[in-house]
Amino acid sequence: MIPAAFEYHRPQDMAEVLAVLEEHGDEARVMAGGHSLIPMMKLRMADVPHLIDLQDVGGLSNIDIGDDSIRIGAMVTQAAIIDHEGLGAVAPILREAALQIADPQVRYMGTVGGNVANGDPGNDMPGLMQCLDATFTVVGPEGERDIPAREFYEAAYMTAREDDEVLTSVTIPLPRGGYAYEKQKRKIGDYATAAAAVQIENDGGTCASVAIAMTNLSDTPVYSEAAGAALVGTSVDDVAIKAAVAAMLGDIDPTEDNRGPVAFKKHVAGVILRRAIERAWSRA
Amino acid sequence: MKDEVTREDRVANLKGLGCSRKRVEDARFTQGKGNYVDDIKLDGMLFGDFVRSPYAHARIKSIDTAAALEVPGVLAVLTAADLEPLGLHWMPTLAGDKQMVLADGKVLFQGQEVAFVVAEDRYAAADGIEAVEVDYEELPVIVNPFEALKSDVVLREDLVAEDGSIPPGAHGPRKHHNHIFTWEAGDKGPTDEVIANAEVVAEESMYYHRTHPCPLETCGCVASMDKVNGKLTLWGTFQAPHAIRTIVSLISGIEEHNIRVISPDIGGGFGNKVGAYPGYVCSVVASIVTGKPVKWIEDRMDNLMTTAFARDYHMTGQISATKEGKITGLKCHVTADHGGFDACADPTKFPAGFMNICTGSYDIPTAYLEVDGVYTNKAPGGVSYRCSFRVTEAVYFIERMIEVLAIKLNMDAAELRRINFIRKEQFPYTAALGWEYDSGDYHTAWDKALKAVDYDGLRAEQAQRVEDFKAGKTRKLMGIGLSFFTEIVGAGPVKNCDILGLGMFDSCEIRIHPTGSAIARLGTISQGQGHATTFAQILASEIGLPADSITIEEGDTDTAPYGLGTYGSRSTPVAGAATAMAGRKIRAKAQMIAAYLLEVHDNDVEFDVDRFVVKGAPEKFKTMKEIAFAAYNQAIPGIEPGLEAVSYYDPPNMTYPFGAYICVMDIDVDTGVPEIRRFYALDDCGTRINPMIIEGQVHGGLTEALAVALGQEIAYDDMGNVKTGTLMDFFLPTAWEVPNYETDFTVTPSPHHPIGAKGVGESPHVGGVPCFSNAVQDAFRPFGNTHTNMPHDHWRIWRTANELGLHD
Repeated sequence: MIPAAFEYHRPQDMAEVLAVLEEHGDEARVMAGGHSLIPMMKLRMADVPHLIDLQDVGGLSNIDIGDDSIRIGAMVTQAAIIDHEGLGAVAPILREAALQIADPQVRYMGTVGGNVANGDPGNDMPGLMQCLDATFTVVGPEGERDIPAREFYEAAYMTAREDDEVLTSVTIPLPRGGYAYEKQKRKIGDYATAAAAVQIENDGGTCASVAIAMTNLSDTPVYSEAAGAALVGTSVDDVAIKAAVAAMLGDIDPTEDNRGPVAFKKHVAGVILRRAIERAWSRA
Repeated sequence: MKDEVTREDRVANLKGLGCSRKRVEDARFTQGKGNYVDDIKLDGMLFGDFVRSPYAHARIKSIDTAAALEVPGVLAVLTAADLEPLGLHWMPTLAGDKQMVLADGKVLFQGQEVAFVVAEDRYAAADGIEAVEVDYEELPVIVNPFEALKSDVVLREDLVAEDGSIPPGAHGPRKHHNHIFTWEAGDKGPTDEVIANAEVVAEESMYYHRTHPCPLETCGCVASMDKVNGKLTLWGTFQAPHAIRTIVSLISGIEEHNIRVISPDIGGGFGNKVGAYPGYVCSVVASIVTGKPVKWIEDRMDNLMTTAFARDYHMTGQISATKEGKITGLKCHVTADHGGFDACADPTKFPAGFMNICTGSYDIPTAYLEVDGVYTNKAPGGVSYRCSFRVTEAVYFIERMIEVLAIKLNMDAAELRRINFIRKEQFPYTAALGWEYDSGDYHTAWDKALKAVDYDGLRAEQAQRVEDFKAGKTRKLMGIGLSFFTEIVGAGPVKNCDILGLGMFDSCEIRIHPTGSAIARLGTISQGQGHATTFAQILASEIGLPADSITIEEGDTDTAPYGLGTYGSRSTPVAGAATAMAGRKIRAKAQMIAAYLLEVHDNDVEFDVDRFVVKGAPEKFKTMKEIAFAAYNQAIPGIEPGLEAVSYYDPPNMTYPFGAYICVMDIDVDTGVPEIRRFYALDDCGTRINPMIIEGQVHGGLTEALAVALGQEIAYDDMGNVKTGTLMDFFLPTAWEVPNYETDFTVTPSPHHPIGAKGVGESPHVGGVPCFSNAVQDAFRPFGNTHTNMPHDHWRIWRTANELGLHD
């Protein structure tokens, strides 16, 4: 559990970060909270000759709530999401999800940016951000560009971010309606056996819009457009929920691991989604 | 005017037996002032670590250390070839087998030690490990003991004769080249006959999965060979420091007086730190070779993957009874998976430990047990994870068989237990498999427990829940887990208990200082049990000096008297008895001194709390403090100066703590998530020394029981890869997963222990595992479940529900 030797860089601004990235190419990795990367380095599963610590780079830890969107800096910790007063009012699903990530110690270190950028299918924030239709801002040698969360994830640890780019912020349209983040895990600190993020709007008893995303049930987070489509225009009754669950099951592709075999995971995914829809709808 | 000091005040001032005295250890532990092995830093200290096998079974064709020796900071790389000239490439195990220290031509389990890299610091050692090139040739892997007994693949070529015959092992004849021993207890013929002719017979096969004690602190040591004076000092996480000293002497040839073994603070043991590991041997050799101190500390993965596991018992049982439910016979067969080497920590005559306590708390007239030990490509070990030598397996077995029989009889499982308990008047009770239970009052404990939880009310609620479930009103089932256990602890009488020929007595040496304080040293070693607190309490009550004035010291073989260490709840039954007996020697001498000072005959004074008083004249007395001073400053005719005593205690029998546990659980059949609503634990550990520490022990043991029952396992895939080598997958419960525990007690003293104490550390684990498991199983009983194997993690509970047709 001791990493191979590496060079530690602690740049003071983003220009310096990009310069180190440019110099060392794929031998360099940026680190936010370090709670995914450092264990991988200690297991010698990630070889990182140049580690770039972002903690001295300013301007990455703000939470800005605008009239129609929320901007969260990449270095905002899960604990800051939980503690932020305004955020709980405008986007309570963020707090509900963050409270189910790891444990308090990890949440003091783990960041939103690291969680979404790493591409680990077990992470909770990627699915949540897909549900919320967030946009990730990355900066690289060519300047800034925005990538929708729903287009960001390509495979496990493979994302639309280039090696020489750094994810700097996440922008979320102000969520509307009821919400739920439902997660089953074996114990505190575990990744999800199955998790579902649901944000749903109720227009006089009819579902006006809904977004549904699932976590740790594929090699990427799964935004299930079909599951949402099964609910829109319905009264979110049992038939509609069953249809949504069936549609979601068509989109996920879980694999067997210590949490259980595929049949179990699919079953639990269905149960968890049903609960998430019901809870979100009750709040809508 | 001075307030009168009452006798009650004097008793309270001692903080002796029965006092919930605060732990004296905690001041340093809670302030980060503990001194664990990894806190030891010596001048010039080097660091050693292992190259470990990625394969579970492979031939080693070559090991190239050249590149590793080029790594800056790496000083040496030891392989079996380097140890062979010293005769140290293999070492004896506690079970009479031998084990490779470093891979000698092949590896038998994933993570096996292949080479030992010695470097200036642990970072350089880690880089050196990466640079060692080992050429492996993979061999067929066997992870299932039943397959091992059928396979042509020979795991241990060293145990097959040149003509292909299979010589006997340490425990008698071997049936197959992958077979280790067969061990029997009881009478096969009569048992078969009883079962064949019985009115009712229930049968079940169960697997008690492999798990691991996973102490907070991993195993490690620091070896320091002083070449000037020829003395070896070995600090380590040893649960049995004196036995380690003797073993090191026997295998190294260093005379025992030149070896000093020190167990400093230990962060939990639970059996994991009883055995001898290759890291100890390699550190000693490396220190001798380099002339410098060498430290070796496992990381978490090393600890989980390679040091002593627990359980891995495949058990098949038959239990027979009359139609009314009176049990007539019990038969048990175990296929025991010992891994690549037999490194079980059991007394020599008991290769399956005390598995023959498997008749449990019941008056079963006829029984038979047979255990077959088997080699596989898994890590060696087989320790008593918070249980004396396979008692958890035995209690799990009988407590499951009782439930299975109750189902067969269509009887309430609490009532079935009640009508089969050994009755109070039957003690001392000789069980069919040989043990003599010292004392017990099972009916009283059981009735108290059932009443405390309103058992009948719970059953009524459960019946209603089943109706509601069938009516579609709920998706949660309710399980009521029952467990009544009888422990066997305090190993043990030297006449039948030894480890590597060392009798399992224990010891205490007391010195009273002139001003009336004392130091007592024992052959045991605390790993969190609070010995410094509780042994001082035993002594306070025996010698009449306040516990706060008594220092307890353990773990340094240069100063402490010889003993077999701390595991299997043996410290209180054995060393606690030695402490009381040594205290009584002190008191006997004090009585003579007191009589001299009071100018009366020895028989005219009597002990009273903290003093000797003249019989019939309580105003004439000498306090123990006064007597201590006199022992050092007065010339008393016929009495040597000083006040010291030593006692080596060979217990006449084991002790048999018992208890009644009840768990109420709600189970979500759709997700497989169990929720523990209530857990009631009644323990009878005889005389209670410190109720607060007992309660802490019970909470800890129950939490480890919860872990084992509900998810904790060392799982292997077919290739022998460990699937649960980190705490991500190996379940250690946190405060979040742990329910509130309700503790209770009865007191049935041990008749043969000087203070009547029986030991408690492992009781909650032994009784807790079947209780949690029975709760899960009981929830599904109304739907046809008889038995499912642990661990009851979410997916396995879900599978049970699924197989019973409880999903759409």
